[in-house]
Amino acid sequence: MIEYFLKRLLGAALVMWAVATLVFFMLRILPGDPLAAMLFDAGDLGAVDELRIKFGLDQPLYVQYWRWFTLMLQGDMGASIYGSRVPVSQILAEAAPRTLSLALLSFFVAILIAIPAGLISALRRGRPIDHGVTFIAFLGLSMPDFWLAILLILLFAVNLGWFPAIGYVPMSEGFWPWLSHLIMPAIAAGTAFSAIIARMVRSSMLEVLKTDYVRVAYAKGLSPRDVVMRHAFPNALIPVITVTGIAFGLLMASTVVVETVFAIKGLGRILIEGILNRDYPVVQGAILAVSGIFVFVNLAVDLLYGVIDPRIRVQG
Amino acid sequence: MSGARPQRSFLRVVRRDTRASLGLIFLAVLAIAAVFAPWIAPHDPNAMDFWMMEEPSLAHPLGVDDLGRDLLSRIIHGAQVSLFVGLVTVGIALVLGVGMGIAAGYYRGWIDTVIMRYIDLQWAFPNILIAVYLVAVFGTGLTNVIVAITLAYLDDFARVARGMTLQVKEELYVQAARSYGASDLLIMVRHILPNIMAPIIVLATVSVSNAILAEAVLSFLGLGVSSDTPTWGLILSEARSFISRAWWLGVYPGLAIMLTVLSINFLGDALRDHLDVREGS
Repeated sequence: MIEYFLKRLLGAALVMWAVATLVFFMLRILPGDPLAAMLFDAGDLGAVDELRIKFGLDQPLYVQYWRWFTLMLQGDMGASIYGSRVPVSQILAEAAPRTLSLALLSFFVAILIAIPAGLISALRRGRPIDHGVTFIAFLGLSMPDFWLAILLILLFAVNLGWFPAIGYVPMSEGFWPWLSHLIMPAIAAGTAFSAIIARMVRSSMLEVLKTDYVRVAYAKGLSPRDVVMRHAFPNALIPVITVTGIAFGLLMASTVVVETVFAIKGLGRILIEGILNRDYPVVQGAILAVSGIFVFVNLAVDLLYGVIDPRIRVQG
Repeated sequence: MSGARPQRSFLRVVRRDTRASLGLIFLAVLAIAAVFAPWIAPHDPNAMDFWMMEEPSLAHPLGVDDLGRDLLSRIIHGAQVSLFVGLVTVGIALVLGVGMGIAAGYYRGWIDTVIMRYIDLQWAFPNILIAVYLVAVFGTGLTNVIVAITLAYLDDFARVARGMTLQVKEELYVQAARSYGASDLLIMVRHILPNIMAPIIVLATVSVSNAILAEAVLSFLGLGVSSDTPTWGLILSEARSFISRAWWLGVYPGLAIMLTVLSINFLGDALRDHLDVREGS
């Protein structure tokens, strides 16, 4: 078991190292001088050489790489090239809670809708409600997340005026202000995820309802409620957890996009703005932070399988 | 599985499948509109007018945007970019990815190790995020967007092709070909490739709809083709500030994206059933 954990941990660390290294070299190999861009506002190109030496950019690439890598391990990822040169680590520390609270809320809302929907759909197979759930799930999968976000704003902010159209308020300023700003982004980011889970719950339940032990449970006179909740549903959940792990990546990717629509300055928005401004230290930091979340989630899911299903850790 | 027969019967399958036939009809209309956009679009997509944000009317069936441009004409021209990027990226990703996958599965050894490491690295992240990362590195513009989306989807094809090659390689007909002295290249192209195409065709269909979505997302985020080419993502992005006064700007471009994606997926489902491909790993 410990060997399995360590193996996965090492794998995750390797992926992070590979991403960091790839980003470092790709951003430097490509044409375009970040210093020239930085001093463009000042209009003093003579100062470029001076700064080049100051930042160590006159050194060979591997020296720069080592310097950058060791600094990064200490949490120093440089500073934004604009304005008051805010440290990247500070920008990320402010953005991360927004992204995480959006992703988590989105996850819970999606699960809360998907599991009952999939369950009812399976138990009422072929009835109108099953067709309804299937149709809505299909629609949810086909809607681009950023368009769904715009439709939600149109309906709930512009027409009904229930929720504010954009922005973010931290939970420290109250639960309702936080929730009212975040509920539409959470729905927009989680709908496709929710649809996938609902479909998976449905097909997994249908599979389990056909098994002998469910028939036995009915035969020995258990109430349908007990059969479903105690025998069928827990077993149907195992493949659902697998799919949840895979689909969570989709939800995180949606979060990155949806943040832009709702003007939430989370990691995704920071990344996109960094790209648009050619603010390379920020882009690097944001890519590392977003990738870090993915690698961490993948790791957590892997470890969870190891706990649920002993066969996996043996094959490991 | 020989060439002509499955194709003819696929059309029959589509005709029997309502959703797939609706999808096919929509895509055909869209493709014609895209190819002949300059003649079909009622107005110049970039021509501005003094009557701004006009509601849908006979002259402007889908309304007018904040600069007085005809929305229908912009959506029709946007279809060009969407379909072009979707088909080109998946086309290149398919050729390169399948090549890599077959080579990895056929030769094994260090080629396989290198390719698998690459596939595993990309597997850790969703394709759309990979595309955003690559645009961050390469920059925006049509060529860079195509390169980014192609690379983002390449690993999927390599993965499926490798897995299938590992299976097919052990079949008797491959052994037979090897025994009469066929070269590696001949075996890969003539014997392995045709026998792994079914799941790859299905994957390609789904990938086209995903690539179209990826292009729309990139354009929407301002990382797309260019700021003066009307694309569906860009139209939606520009509309964001005006949707409170002009709902049609927020609704129709997204509807175009959704109907396109939906149609391709309907066709993909029919293809999957027809080619009897099981959705797996």
